[in-house]
Amino acid sequence: MSTGRATWTLRLARGRFSGRVDLRTLVVLAALGVLALGVGLVALGVGDYQVSVPDVLQALFGETTTVVRMVVVDWRLPRVLLALLLGAALGASGAIFQSMTRNPLGSPDIIGFNTGAYTGALVVILLLGGSYYDIAAGAMVGGLVTAGLVYALAYRGGAQGFRLIIVGIAISAVLASVNTWLIIKADLEKAMSAAAWGAGSLNGLSWTQVAPVTIILVVLLPALVVLSRRMGILEMGDDAAQALGVRTEPTRLAMLVVGVALTALVTAAAGPIAFISLAAPQLARRLTRSPSVAMLPSAVLGALLLVVSDLAAQRAFAPTQLPVGVVTVSVGGCYLVWLLAREARRQ
Amino acid sequence: MTTDVLGTTTATGPAARRTADEGPRLRAEGVTIGYSEHPVSKGLTVEIPDDSFTVIVGPNACGKSTLLRALSRLLKPSDGQVVLDGEAITSYKAKEVARRLGLLPQTSIAPDGITVADLVARGRYPHQKLLRQWSVEDEAAVVRALEATQVTALSSRLVDELSGGQRQRVWVSMVLAQETPLLLLDEPTTFLDIAHQIELLELFGDLNRRGHTLVAVLHDLNHACRYATHLIAMKDGAVVAQGRPEEIITAELVEEVFGLRCMIIEDPVSKTPLVIPLGRPHTAEEPEA
Repeated sequence: MSTGRATWTLRLARGRFSGRVDLRTLVVLAALGVLALGVGLVALGVGDYQVSVPDVLQALFGETTTVVRMVVVDWRLPRVLLALLLGAALGASGAIFQSMTRNPLGSPDIIGFNTGAYTGALVVILLLGGSYYDIAAGAMVGGLVTAGLVYALAYRGGAQGFRLIIVGIAISAVLASVNTWLIIKADLEKAMSAAAWGAGSLNGLSWTQVAPVTIILVVLLPALVVLSRRMGILEMGDDAAQALGVRTEPTRLAMLVVGVALTALVTAAAGPIAFISLAAPQLARRLTRSPSVAMLPSAVLGALLLVVSDLAAQRAFAPTQLPVGVVTVSVGGCYLVWLLAREARRQ
Repeated sequence: MTTDVLGTTTATGPAARRTADEGPRLRAEGVTIGYSEHPVSKGLTVEIPDDSFTVIVGPNACGKSTLLRALSRLLKPSDGQVVLDGEAITSYKAKEVARRLGLLPQTSIAPDGITVADLVARGRYPHQKLLRQWSVEDEAAVVRALEATQVTALSSRLVDELSGGQRQRVWVSMVLAQETPLLLLDEPTTFLDIAHQIELLELFGDLNRRGHTLVAVLHDLNHACRYATHLIAMKDGAVVAQGRPEEIITAELVEEVFGLRCMIIEDPVSKTPLVIPLGRPHTAEEPEA
């Protein structure tokens, strides 16, 4: 049987375990993974205190001086790790929502979950006053409440894709004005810290943030594995998916919860970082030439995009450090213009 | 489990009957179904004879598609129940139903850029597990399904590039890959030209002879008469008549169900009833009905 794509079938233990992988996807995944790790290694070396790549490797896996160790492992490594992890989370979240809405515009940064998470964080920063963890919790709650609201408003005998996007954009616009209002009402000092946080930045992230982010991602991982298969079936339409044994509405709800949790996690840790969720799934799809968006390639490409963006944010106007959100917004903005133009022409 | 070239599953395996229930494998018992508080059907009881090619006919909005959706668990009856292999269909796990009963829905969406073989392979989803995603049986079932619907030659083509007739055959192929003893088809021939309609109906007839129980909603009464072994005529959510086409199709029935005056002659090819609508007389003399 010719599938038109080179695949590799794996069967173990007399067929008790089996799987089939697409070779092109495998190669793309490997290349992107190596690239992301490579950029990560470079990022560990550059900065006010330059360390060569061999010295970085030495610092990671061997003996080195205290200074190099401190710079590479204690200061820079958590930031690079978080860039990879949070980038992957954004990519996966984008894949979930774009698959659910069957639309490349159906990404959490467009349909308001970022904005909602930011609102949650602003309420904590400006009105309640709180530590880093309080802000993170506020962002998480803000994102989930926004998602619940969008889902409820878009629900009419099942939440359908396009309605979700329209309602999401509307809610996003409302929340954006709420955010502006909150910042204008606040006193200058608090407003400045809120605005800095709102740009989305990995500056100042340390090992303290790596642990909770990793734990939450590990908890979400099994759900991601299960959903990544159901996602593809659900894309064939609700009737076909149900006929194949997928319970559509519970699956959609699970996708929503997991997708929002991923976005809110990123917003909680680093502030709203836009456009990775939007761009990664579509770019990954073009590279792998796969039908519809896929979870794993999107996650790996998201990791690569964020680690590259963060390196650019640090080095583009060195020694001035830009928030990574600024880089992703400007690069992503160009992508969005291109995407909208292309979609408009297709209609 | 034995399987022939058309993917017919017989006897044992997951698709085997659950109990030694006497009734047919699939039936609706006193179901009230509808999309809102206005039910389309009230207290409807329908049996699908085993090994039949059952065709449901009736005017638009008579509840035939609704009944098919209820039989396939896409719609939950507000009252009564659908029984599959002796037990309420709702008592099964979703994947278990999908291993016994396949459905070709009216509308499905082929993901952009998917090849024929990949789409058909998705029909194997109910048989797969997380750690068992592409077994020898999966591959064999897909090969059989492609062959049975004669789309093997198209297997590496993109679904988007196919003609309407080819695309519908590919969807049928996907449902066949599911290897279910029961197949439900919701208006499978709509939007196809006459040659492709007949081609598809012939395929369904073959599948039926190989042991699949088929239930289809069809618009064309003559197609229904020619291919069905069991006909169910519905009107206003209720069954008006059922049985072999040649036993139940009369001019009176067609007028009662569709409000169409007609005469019935014998199809010279298949010897089944052929419905000739009268309409306004197009000839000088109106024929004697």
